[in-house]
Amino acid sequence: MSIILDKVNYIYGEGSGFVKHALKDVSLAVDKNEFIGLIGHTGSGKSTLTQIFNGLLRATSGDVYFNGDNIYDKDYDMKKLRSKVGLVFQYPEHQLFETTVFKDVCFGPKNLGLDKRECELRAFEALELVGMDKELFYNSPFELSGGQKRRAAIAGVIAMKPEVLILDEPTAGLDPQGRDEILDMVKAMHEQTQMTVILVSHSMEDVAKYVGRILVMNDGCLMYDDTPREVFAHYRELEKIGLAAPQVTYIMHALKERGMDVDTDAITIEEGFRSICKAFGR
Amino acid sequence: MLKDITIGQYYPTGSAIHKLDPRVKLFGTILYIVTLFIARNPVVYILAAAFLFTCIGIAKVPLKYILRGLKTIMIILAFSLIFNIFFTEGRVLVQFWKIKITYEGIIQAVYMGIRLILLIIGSSLMTLTTTPNDLTDGMEKGLRFLTVIKIPVHEVAMMMSIALRFIPILMEETDKIMKAQTARGASFDEGNFFKRIKALIPILVPLFISAIRRAYDLATAMEARCYRGGKGRTKMKPLKYGKKDGLAYIILFAYLGLIIAARILWNKFVQVG
Repeated sequence: MSIILDKVNYIYGEGSGFVKHALKDVSLAVDKNEFIGLIGHTGSGKSTLTQIFNGLLRATSGDVYFNGDNIYDKDYDMKKLRSKVGLVFQYPEHQLFETTVFKDVCFGPKNLGLDKRECELRAFEALELVGMDKELFYNSPFELSGGQKRRAAIAGVIAMKPEVLILDEPTAGLDPQGRDEILDMVKAMHEQTQMTVILVSHSMEDVAKYVGRILVMNDGCLMYDDTPREVFAHYRELEKIGLAAPQVTYIMHALKERGMDVDTDAITIEEGFRSICKAFGR
Repeated sequence: MLKDITIGQYYPTGSAIHKLDPRVKLFGTILYIVTLFIARNPVVYILAAAFLFTCIGIAKVPLKYILRGLKTIMIILAFSLIFNIFFTEGRVLVQFWKIKITYEGIIQAVYMGIRLILLIIGSSLMTLTTTPNDLTDGMEKGLRFLTVIKIPVHEVAMMMSIALRFIPILMEETDKIMKAQTARGASFDEGNFFKRIKALIPILVPLFISAIRRAYDLATAMEARCYRGGKGRTKMKPLKYGKKDGLAYIILFAYLGLIIAARILWNKFVQVG
């Protein structure tokens, strides 16, 4: 077990004119080495949840455990927690500030109090992992393209060697190619480093293709917590809360209704393709 | 910390004061501040406070919310109190070594404190009941006569409304960047003075970059809509005085008259007597 949330509530703006109950009794457990998708409509509490995970927001009530320790204990080392649970915010390239990409990636490890050699080693490793071109290491981060900036920013978090990596909409604002590149990179990294990855997204296709488990948030509540197959079987309920299943799911259901013997559980294009081929007897 | 600043925040309740013409509220605020400085006796202060709290009651803005804004001026308030108590000449009440507290000093300090508090509450009531857009619209129209002496009133008003509009955006942005850097292990409340200043760099650089980016985007958007400054520009909702605005002006002048009368009468009967 790496992270456990026990009946976590979070209320924004308590005691002022604008109160919002952003998380309602959310309980869940995240295991080591999982690849989890966190989906939900805008304002469903996804981003709040990610900040609860690494202690940036303190739950109004409820408890959070990391590797068996309650992170709200008085003597708990929050700084250490933040290095163990890496959080990559939306548009992470907006946090770049150093003169070179390499220096910027060093910022995280440096804050952990590591010596210079170790910092540079980690920065180098992290930039390798995200597939950054070596020629760009000493360029200004502000001269990079959008996709490369994002890689640099993600490397900045990875260089702290977190056990859990949370990515909040890592593909927002990227073109389809950049999107696939980033997600493939995350997938490869997950397999290489055995890191737990939590991917926040509202693209069902992305989530279906990569993750092994899906958490669906709706209006502050955890609505589903299951494998993609099981979650997308509820595609009608998902529509009601402003989400949708992958397009393949719709096609498979439509084909089934027309009397074709296909597998309605298919959630990726490959699975759908195979199932249709089978129905044609090939 | 940032959430405590209530000056410049709009609090919608849809009350009669919210619906007043922004020029009335601007004029009223200035007039109110003037009366605070006319005041030299307790009766005037009681009248001024009563007037203000009646306005707050009509505006339906929670008093607690307004008072939170006072937190930020506590230091200034404390300073002016201390200066007034210790550095006003007059009848000495307490004296040890070179420090003395005078009767006049205490009176002066109390007056100053009340004056400052009423001033802040009064001006924050205006911003709480007026949207920034209305406020700058009101300023633009109310100060239009200055164009005669070649002051670009429209442009200044536009700049002000953009600046006001950007305050919440940049505050949100600061919050986000701070969180992002905290997630990378940065801390802002550790170490000595120089360390803390240095810790601000990872916030300020991205903040400036984003502010400049937003400014560029806004300039492009304005240009794309053919913005050419104030000349020949019409308003979607032109400001027009209504009946309630006239009534509000009458009330304001009645208040001013009352304050002046209170001051003159006090001087005549109480002070002399």
